[in-house]
Amino acid sequence: MSWSDFFAMGGYGFYVWTSYLLAAVVLALNVILPLRGRKTVRARLRAYYRFNRQNR
Amino acid sequence: MHRYASPKTFYPLAGRLIPWFGGATALLLAVGLYYALFVAPPDYQQGESVRIMFIHVPAAWMSMFVYVVMAAAGAAGLVWNVKLTEVLARSCAPIGAWFTVLALATGSLWGKPMWGTWWAWDARITSELILLFLYLGVMALQSAIDDPKRAARAAAILALVGVVNIPIIHFSVEWWNTLHQPASVTRIGRPAIHISLLVPLLIMAVAFMFYFVTVALLRMRNEILERERHTAWVTELIQSADAEPASPVAGNRPRGAAG
Repeated sequence: MSWSDFFAMGGYGFYVWTSYLLAAVVLALNVILPLRGRKTVRARLRAYYRFNRQNR
Repeated sequence: MHRYASPKTFYPLAGRLIPWFGGATALLLAVGLYYALFVAPPDYQQGESVRIMFIHVPAAWMSMFVYVVMAAAGAAGLVWNVKLTEVLARSCAPIGAWFTVLALATGSLWGKPMWGTWWAWDARITSELILLFLYLGVMALQSAIDDPKRAARAAAILALVGVVNIPIIHFSVEWWNTLHQPASVTRIGRPAIHISLLVPLLIMAVAFMFYFVTVALLRMRNEILERERHTAWVTELIQSADAEPASPVAGNRPRGAAG
């Protein structure tokens, strides 16, 4: 089987590869979102504690 | 067991578990994808399009599994008033919603070449769409109510009511005459799927399960920091990380302080 056969997926290439691409996007997104969330939560809390310290 | 339900104990524990679950996920996904794309033979009826199943079915299973975890965690929060279960329920909702989106989208991409239509209002597809709306409803309640305790309670009640949808999704292909094909793995007795397709499917399903644990732990840690910001340990954790760049001696940060 050649690579072009592999990518053609017996004529279903568009449907198969779009499915796998979507899966990759969804799986990546659900790692990226909480990692970015971690940064924003930490930044927000740092600012929050700093504010509390200054206004004590 | 109860000790681990304290956010303060759970936070570093989750931090230590994440690399292991993440590593296992990567390994399982690599093996699963290899089997799904290179080893599994084309189906005698559906040809190469059957490879969509290795994404679609695990995503659909996870969409239901995560919902049950979320509802159970919500119920445990209602009954025992445990903070960590509320954190778990809140972390499950967006992950489950994404699995539902993936199941619906790949189902559509599989339905078009096989049934000739992107969408049909059949019982299986409609009940899965209702599952997405339930997730969105739970997320809306969680974010609309400021008090985390009340938000968790309201969301838990909606999640529990919505649990009736799970058996409906599962049995829809038996109860109604659907365009969607009947279950081929989870039926009683011998699975109606050849072993060469079943093996990659199960590897992908386990990979998705490990993936879920990994990203749920990631979200739970963020949620814990936010909810426990008034406690001494979170204050110390964040401030010690905050003070770090100003520290005159590199590497004198207390071990594990940055978590």
